[in-house]
Amino acid sequence: MSWVLVNGERVALNGEKSLLDVVRKAGIDLPTLCYHPELSVYGACRLCLVEVKGWGIVAACHTPPQEGMAIETNTGELRRLRKIALELILARHDRECTSCSRSGTCRLQELAERFQVHQPRFKNGANGQSHRGRSIDASGPALVRDPNKCILCGECVRICSEWQGIGVLSFSQRGSHMSVSTAFDLPISETECVNCGQCAAVCPTGALVVKSHIDHVWEALHDPEKIVCVQIAPAVRVSIGEEFGLPPGDSTIGRLSAALRRLGADHIFDTSLAADLTVLEETSEFLKRFDAGERLPLFTSCCPAWVKYAEQFYPEYLVNLSTCRSPQQMLGSLVKRYYSGELGVSPKQVVMISIMPCTAKKFEAQRPEFTTGGAPDVDFVITTQELADMIREQGLDYTALPEEPLDEPFAKPTGAGIIFGVTGGVSEAVLRRAYEVLASEPAHAVEFTEVRGFDGLRSCELSFGDRTLRLGVVHGLSNAAALLKEIQAGTVHYDMVEVMACPGGCVGGAGQPLTRGDGRVRRRRGAGLYQGDSEQEVRRAQENPAVTALYQRWLGEPGSAEAHDALHTAYTPRRGNRSGDDGACAEVSSAHTAD
Amino acid sequence: MPGATAVEMRELVDSILTRHKKAPSSLIPVLQDLQDELRYLPEDCLTMVAHGLGISPATAYGVATFYAQFSLEPRGKYIIKVCDGTACHVRGSSPLYQAICKRVKLENGKATSKNGLFTVETVACLGACVIAPVVVINDKAYGQMTPEAINLIIDELEKEDGRDQVCKTAS
Ligand code: SF4
Ligand code: SF4
Ligand code: FES
Ligand code: FES
Repeated sequence: MSWVLVNGERVALNGEKSLLDVVRKAGIDLPTLCYHPELSVYGACRLCLVEVKGWGIVAACHTPPQEGMAIETNTGELRRLRKIALELILARHDRECTSCSRSGTCRLQELAERFQVHQPRFKNGANGQSHRGRSIDASGPALVRDPNKCILCGECVRICSEWQGIGVLSFSQRGSHMSVSTAFDLPISETECVNCGQCAAVCPTGALVVKSHIDHVWEALHDPEKIVCVQIAPAVRVSIGEEFGLPPGDSTIGRLSAALRRLGADHIFDTSLAADLTVLEETSEFLKRFDAGERLPLFTSCCPAWVKYAEQFYPEYLVNLSTCRSPQQMLGSLVKRYYSGELGVSPKQVVMISIMPCTAKKFEAQRPEFTTGGAPDVDFVITTQELADMIREQGLDYTALPEEPLDEPFAKPTGAGIIFGVTGGVSEAVLRRAYEVLASEPAHAVEFTEVRGFDGLRSCELSFGDRTLRLGVVHGLSNAAALLKEIQAGTVHYDMVEVMACPGGCVGGAGQPLTRGDGRVRRRRGAGLYQGDSEQEVRRAQENPAVTALYQRWLGEPGSAEAHDALHTAYTPRRGNRSGDDGACAEVSSAHTAD
Repeated sequence: MPGATAVEMRELVDSILTRHKKAPSSLIPVLQDLQDELRYLPEDCLTMVAHGLGISPATAYGVATFYAQFSLEPRGKYIIKVCDGTACHVRGSSPLYQAICKRVKLENGKATSKNGLFTVETVACLGACVIAPVVVINDKAYGQMTPEAINLIIDELEKEDGRDQVCKTAS
C-alpha cells in the first residue's frame, strides 16, 4: 500500500489526484481560494502551499502525490508566504466588509481571520490600481457584479464555461489591469448569461452576488391593502434548515409555513402542487406527440436557464420544447386568473411571491408573457437564502417553530410534484403518468430508478408492446449541449429529454444555502426529496384529488383550450451578445467546453 | 479596408475563417489576419470570429485584450512606435515622444490622430540600443532620432499619403 507522510503521519494513497486531497484526507483543512473540486484546477491563489521534502514549496492543489513523499503543511516559511499572499489579495480588494452582503459567508474574510491578517502591510489600492471606483453591474435580473471585490480566482469563469458551456465571463487585459469581464465589458443583461447564478454560488467573495428582492417582499407583506400569496418550491424544504444548523435533506415544509405566516403571508401554497399540474399537462402533450411521431424529442421547459439557453443557441429546437409553463408560472397564473376572483379582489391587489432555490426564476417571473390583466403572475422571487435572511431579520428561531399546514387549494402535492426539485424527478413524475396510459395492463410502477442519480447524462428505455419510449436526463448546460450535438448528428434518438441547468437540478440551485462545492450536500437534499416522495400517500400526479378539483373548477381537462391559455406559453429565438452577427448563434453550442 | 460596412466585415471574416481550422486554437492567427486587414478588431468582427471558432465572445475579447499586438480601437495608417527602453529613455525618448504627439495632434489621451493617419505608442527596448533613441514607423526603423528629424519624417509621410489619395481617386 503506498502512502505519503503528512506532518510526520502516514496517509495511505487511494487514487487522490492532488496533494490537497491527501492533506484534507489527513484531516487538515488546507486553505484554498481558487480551488473547486468540481472544476478544472487553476492554481493561482497560492494559499494551498505545502513543503515537500527534497522539492521545496509547491501548491498542493495541482501537485500530484507520489509514493513516499514527506509533506509539511505548517512551517514558519509557509505561514509567512500564506500571509503575504493574503495581504496582497487584500491590497486590491474593497474591504467594506461590514456592509457587504457576503459578510459572514465570504471565504476571503474567513481566511484573513483564520490567519490573523489583522494589519495588512500593503495599503489598500497601493499598487495604483483603484480597489473602488469600478462600476457595479446590476443590469441583470438575478446578479450583481462588483469588480472591486474580485480576487481573480477565476471560479466564475470556469463554472460558466465548463459546467454551463456558455463562457459569459472571462479574464481580460493583463498584469495589474487584469479583470474578470463580459465580452467588451458589456452589462451582463446584454450578454448570453442565462441567470443560473452558479457563478455567484462559487464566488468566494462579494464580487458576484444574487440580486436581492427582500425589500419589495417586506413592503408587500406590510401593506394592508395587499393580499400576499407565497409559493414554496419543492427543493426549498430540504435545504433551508441548513441555514439554521439542521442537516441537509431534512424536510421542514411545516416550519416554512409557520415562518411565512409569522412574516405576514396571507396564503401559503406549495409549488409542488403546480408541479403535479405540470406533469398532467406535459404528459398529455408528450403522448400526443409520441403517438404522432412529431416534434420529438420533447424537451422539458421548467428550467428557465435552459429555456433562455435554447432560445439563444438552439432556436431550431424551440418547437421541441414543451409549451408548458414552469410550475412557478402555472401557480402564479392560476392565482391571478382564477383565485383572486374567488377572493373577490382584482389580480393587482394580490401579490404573488415565490420562494425558489433558483436565481433564473427571477428572470422568468419578469418575462412579459407571464402577466394577467397587466400585472405579473409572479410579482417577486426570493431565494432560499433570502428567505432565511428574512427569518433572521424577523428574529424567529426557525428550529423552534411548530409545523403548520399550507393553504388550500394548493396545499397537498403528490410525491411526483415533490421530486421535481432533483435531476431526473420531472422525468420520473411524467413516467408515472405515461406508463399508466401506455402499458396495456393496468400498471402500478411508481419508482423509475434508472433516471435517478447524479451522472451528467442518464437514460432509460421502456417498452410497451412494440413501442419503445427513450428518455434522456441531463443536468448542466454543457451536458445538454453535448447531447444536442449527438441528437443533431443523428447518433442518438430520444423521445423525451429532461434538462436542468444546475448541478443536481434545483437542489443545487444558486439560491440555495452555499455548499462550497460539496456535492454530498446536494445528494442529501435530493435524497430528502425522494424520502418525502416515498412518505406521501399519493405518489402519482393524476391521483391528486386537489388537482382533479382544479380541473373541474377552472380548467376542464389536461390539454383543454382553457388549460392551454392559463398554463402554456410560446418561445422566441433571442440573440445573445449584442453584435451585428445573426444566425451564427446556433452554431456556438457545446464547443465552449473545449476552452 | 478600414471603415468597412457590416456586409464587408462579414465577408472578410468568412474569408479569413476559411483559411484556418475551425477550432479554438486558430483564434490568434485569425485575429492577426483580421488586424492586418482592418488595422484593428471591431467588436462585431470579434463576435463573428468567436462564433465561427466555437468559443464565447468573452473568451475572444480576453485574448484580444491580453496581447499588445491587438487593438480594439481603430488604428492609424502609420503606427509610430517610440522606444522607451532604458537606453532610449536616457538618450531622450520622452521629449521625442512629446514632440511626436504634438506634431500629429493627439487629443484627450487618445493614441490615434483625428484624421486616422497616425497611431503613437511606446515600447520597451526594440533591441537596437546602439542607435538610441529609436523610432519604428510601420516596419521601418529610424535611429538617433531628434524631435526635428522626426518632424521631417512625418512631413514626408503626410505627403506620401496625399499621393496615395490622388492615386485612389484617379483609379
Ligand atoms: S449566471 Fe450562469 S450563465 Fe450567467 S454568468 Fe453566471 S454562470 Fe454564466
Ligand atoms: S468574481 Fe468572484 S469567482 Fe469570479 S474571479 Fe472574482 S472573486 Fe473569483
Ligand atoms: S488553491 Fe491551490 S493555488 Fe489556489
Ligand atoms: S532601449 Fe530602445 S532599443 Fe533598447
